[in-house]
Amino acid sequence: MEPSAAGELCAFCAMLPGMATAVSQPRVAAPRHSALVRVTHWLTAVASVALAITGYLIVLSHPRFYWGETGNVNVKPLFSFHVPSSRDTVPTGYNYVLPDENGWSRYLHFEAAWLLVLTGLVYGIAGFRTGHFRKELWPARGERSWADYWRALRGVRTGDDGSQSYNVVQRTVYLSVIFVLFPAVIWTGLALSPDFNAAFPFFVDVLGGRQSARTLHFFVSDLLVVFLVVHVTMVALAGFWSRTKAMITGRAGGAQGEEKE
Amino acid sequence: MSPISRRKLITGGAVTMAGVAGLGAADRIARRWGLIPPDSGGIYGPGETLTYAVQRLIGKHALAREFPRGMISKMPFMNEVAPPSNAFKKMQAAGFEDWRLVVDGMVDHPLALSLADVRALGRRSQITEVMCEEGWSYIAEWIGTPLHLVLQEAGIQPQVRYIVYRSIQSEWWESIDMADALHPQTYLTWGMNDGDLPVGFGGPLRMRVPRQLGYKSVKYITHLTATDSMKKFGKGLGSASPEAGYAWYAGI
Repeated sequence: MEPSAAGELCAFCAMLPGMATAVSQPRVAAPRHSALVRVTHWLTAVASVALAITGYLIVLSHPRFYWGETGNVNVKPLFSFHVPSSRDTVPTGYNYVLPDENGWSRYLHFEAAWLLVLTGLVYGIAGFRTGHFRKELWPARGERSWADYWRALRGVRTGDDGSQSYNVVQRTVYLSVIFVLFPAVIWTGLALSPDFNAAFPFFVDVLGGRQSARTLHFFVSDLLVVFLVVHVTMVALAGFWSRTKAMITGRAGGAQGEEKE
Repeated sequence: MSPISRRKLITGGAVTMAGVAGLGAADRIARRWGLIPPDSGGIYGPGETLTYAVQRLIGKHALAREFPRGMISKMPFMNEVAPPSNAFKKMQAAGFEDWRLVVDGMVDHPLALSLADVRALGRRSQITEVMCEEGWSYIAEWIGTPLHLVLQEAGIQPQVRYIVYRSIQSEWWESIDMADALHPQTYLTWGMNDGDLPVGFGGPLRMRVPRQLGYKSVKYITHLTATDSMKKFGKGLGSASPEAGYAWYAGI
């Protein structure tokens, strides 16, 4: 590895009591993000953006949401969006119809869903085997009180946490996205497949029916989009290029490269 | 050459060869078991093939969910219907007496059935949900003749892999694999909610494929063709849907 990066990291390591030995031994410092995290991060990013764009395009063909098993334009919706639609059968109040994008959107949505699911499986299994979740994402002992959350939210650093790792709010959010939102969006999405429901009716029945599953799929997707926006904003605030470089090369660049986002 | 690089070379070569052999074997198995959809080419081919193959592996014989009578939608939605042709209107005025369902292709006995002939082959009913790819849905009772009874009457040959079905509106033609064609819930539907199937909902004869989205349940069926390959039909992608940018397999 390049000496400058090693020097920078080791100088930093010297400030951490637990890692003092690392300084005395000439060994390669661990990268900020492992290769596994970097590769799966970008595959997930590509899949998520494709899923979000195509998902919203599909919604435009019927921007109405219902609860229960069935719902159509003859039924009062739970809520609807006052946007133009890509179908002339939907009453929107607009006197024009958007072009139909559902064909390629559906093809790409499901291909991207496969990329997301397969990447998630690799990441999930490797994350448990390597201790990635336990060491890097599970809130550290003695850092789980409300005071710790409040401190993290206000951006106060405790000093000895070294800021080489995520704070408790970041850890909680990442764990929620990985173990709650992504599984939920996959579950509610699968519950919209008629053939999958034939094989596993339980998937859609526990959600309260097909239209409930569609509405839930929409909300969970929205939460993931909110996460994406906040995540990218935080990265930008913390130094977009150094953080992005760290997620590509594994190494931090620049003077402010010590923090993860 | 150092031992390390030789070892790497051998391992790398073995892994590559195993990978190629594995892919080749997977492809042969997938083709033999009918896990490759007709529209498996292009950039969306891998995703489409994965979806279709996995669905066929996990639930080839699964039944679509059926619902209690009380859940039948009071306000079903017929969707937009192209204006009927003069030929259609003429047959409608005569109570569809002249409607014919032609069954041809790889069959022992090509048929031309009237609606009464179709009904005479068997009557079943199911209360299932119509699900449009746009997102809306409704539940109705569908009454009809299971497709497999019609195929049995025609004597489909063992090499048949797809049933092509065509509407009186020539731009609408579709096909399904034998898992769906022989499925007990796949009907040639002629009744709905205890009455005749209304024209708006596809009367006098509609294909009903309840394990796939609504666009596979084509209205106004006049023609069935049994075939071992979709290459000869249209652009060879399986149906009119992929030619218009939509997936052939609509089970998702």
